[in-house]
Amino acid sequence: MNKFVLTASAASIALVGMAGVAVARDQVQIAGSSTVLPYASIVAEAFGENTDYPTPVVESGGSGAGRKKLCEGVGENTIDIANSSSRIKQSDIDLCAQNGVKDIQEVRIGYDGIVFASDINGPEYAFTPADWHNALAAKVLKDGQLVDNPYKKWNEIRADLPDQEILAFIPGTKHGTREVFDEKVIIDGCEENGTAEALKAAGLEEKECMALRTDGVSIDIDGDYTETLARVDANKNGIGVFGLSFYQNNTDKLRVGTMGGVVPSVETIAAGEYPVSRPLYFYVKNAHLDVIPGLQEYVEFFVSDEIAGPDGPLAAYGLVSDPELAKTQEKVKNRVPMGALN
Amino acid sequence: MTDLTASSALAGAQGRSLFERGERTRRRHAAEKRFRMIGLAAVVFGILALFGLLGSILTNGVSSFRQTYVALDIHLDPAKLDKAGTRDPEALRKLTTFTYQPLIKAAVDRLISEKGISIEGLGGKDAEGIISKEAPAELRRFVLADPSKIGETVRFELLADGRIDGYYKGRVTMETAKLDRNVTPEQLMLADALKAEGALTTRFNWSFFTAPDASDTRPEAAGLGVAILGSAYMMLIVLCLSLPIGVAASIYLEEFAPRNRLTDIIEVNIANLAAVPSIVFGILGLAVFINYAGLPQSAPIVGGLVLTLMTLPTIIIATRAALKAVPPSIREAALGVGASKMQSIFHHVLPLAAPGILTGTIIGLAQALGETAPLLLIGMVAFVREFPAAPPGGFFDPASALPVQVYNWTQRGDPAFIERASGAIIVLLVFLIIMNLGAIFLRRRFERRW
Repeated sequence: MNKFVLTASAASIALVGMAGVAVARDQVQIAGSSTVLPYASIVAEAFGENTDYPTPVVESGGSGAGRKKLCEGVGENTIDIANSSSRIKQSDIDLCAQNGVKDIQEVRIGYDGIVFASDINGPEYAFTPADWHNALAAKVLKDGQLVDNPYKKWNEIRADLPDQEILAFIPGTKHGTREVFDEKVIIDGCEENGTAEALKAAGLEEKECMALRTDGVSIDIDGDYTETLARVDANKNGIGVFGLSFYQNNTDKLRVGTMGGVVPSVETIAAGEYPVSRPLYFYVKNAHLDVIPGLQEYVEFFVSDEIAGPDGPLAAYGLVSDPELAKTQEKVKNRVPMGALN
Repeated sequence: MTDLTASSALAGAQGRSLFERGERTRRRHAAEKRFRMIGLAAVVFGILALFGLLGSILTNGVSSFRQTYVALDIHLDPAKLDKAGTRDPEALRKLTTFTYQPLIKAAVDRLISEKGISIEGLGGKDAEGIISKEAPAELRRFVLADPSKIGETVRFELLADGRIDGYYKGRVTMETAKLDRNVTPEQLMLADALKAEGALTTRFNWSFFTAPDASDTRPEAAGLGVAILGSAYMMLIVLCLSLPIGVAASIYLEEFAPRNRLTDIIEVNIANLAAVPSIVFGILGLAVFINYAGLPQSAPIVGGLVLTLMTLPTIIIATRAALKAVPPSIREAALGVGASKMQSIFHHVLPLAAPGILTGTIIGLAQALGETAPLLLIGMVAFVREFPAAPPGGFFDPASALPVQVYNWTQRGDPAFIERASGAIIVLLVFLIIMNLGAIFLRRRFERRW
């Protein structure tokens, strides 16, 4: 026992001693959006396979958290790239500047579609943004009057929608997806069905459009799409909000609804026909470009035609490739930092 | 008190046979019976819940230990791989995995025509689609390792695509394949035909334990290698740090420290520390080890240090209990024959307390092994594909951990990852059971009672 304790303590002292030694990092470190994570890990895997650099480490944790981490400072124990499903905020840029992170590159990798899907055995849905606003908003316009949302079934909103109870699983407020849902579905729908004008006439702000009903019809999902899928699976009346790539991996369980008559697909989103989509980004810390081996190569590899182009593995997984990819490639090559937010 | 009730009960029972149950006795018996039933119901409920959980994990996860492979004779075509014919490793390195895909397509097409399989409606890309997207990478690694093989035809056992694999595990059926945009019924028919010819086999999945994680497009290639190694490194660090520190602290507190207000405060705080939520240790780890000490992110060293802090109170409490259980007569006898206090502790008390200490340590380690929350904040919940190097240098390389891998896989879109996640849970449970059995064994074998 005596000897054992001695050796163990010796080992532990050696360990603690080593902790002081700074180790040069030789792999790229990435953190951020869980929506971008699958794409980033596909690219990281291919990058590790096809180059002599080690596979980058990709963390998830959310767009906002990733950008904050990026702005923590410059140095090997900070991350190199932040994935983000929404654009960087002025507050992030200020935080970065405060911590000495000056030049940040903004790289748009493509577009992500947001789809509305229900159980595969349920009826078909043909939505419009106005339907969604009518279904979920706290106050809606009915017979020219602003009233608390009275709708219980979809066919009460519009006669040609199915006779099914309204139940929606929408992304929670911490998700970047929620922002797009609010903006492209709820607010657009609010304007479309005239509620926005009625609100204005009643002296209320347009923000009131986004107030959703709280009687249990609209359920916020703070987890990821797998949770939404499980909820739809358990409750066949439910309609879930998913990312296009997630839906494409589960087409045997989900039936997708159309929006404004357009079926969501990589093609319709690329053509700008399907309305609910958003750009995906990652942000690169320029100060690390010549310090971390493989960082510049990874960024260039990510936006190359072979990877992010319309025939690449990212498009196959559900990313809508950016028609202006060539411009991005040029920018990345010249390490152009982003300008002020407009 | 008891005398009083007994005598009053006797007084009440006067004039009645002792063999006859009085009203009160009956009530007491009924109360006891009720309590027993409630206890039994609680046990039954617990067991049912446990079996439900284990059952769902096992039914989902056992299939991850088997994997479908396709045997393919691939012609490593020099016209595609090495036009110059120089076998120059530098030039070969420049070829990406995209170059290797046509070789696989050619091999699958040849296999189909050789076996005389014809399936109506099999699309142009369908045939090669039954092979995993991991396959080109495997070919590239093979060629780079030995460029002289170019020009030869080599037999490879390649992974089948996740959906084809799912077909033989019951996850995918002809009906779902019709709706699924990632697989067609024709591909499943082709897989069946190849199975009949013996080219497609399902066998034990060793790579589940050795392969690193894989991206969302190739669930069939995902394994636990990096996670198992990362967990092992962390456990090593936790053991090497928390056992000596914990034992030294407990010996001092139990045997040497004076009883005063300060030691009382320390004692209360150790007990409190054991109840602190683990995420708090993660926040501490981020602030101290990464931001202040400058240790790398996602590294087992940071994870190990954080988990050490978390495990220390458990070990200290167990060790102190074990030391307390050694009767004072042992110490007194040692001191009586002239041993110093230190000699009495290290020669007599500690060896007798060792089984208890080791049991506490193993239980603490088992707790640390299953912990995810603190790792979330120090960057270990990540997609890591590179194996960390051998220790001690490898302690500073990025790695994953077993519970983290479970967490990551449950978030993926492809349903095949649900099976992988359950498989990873089974592996984690097996490790925990082995550790706990070790603790029980030590206790049974070496513990002495006085």
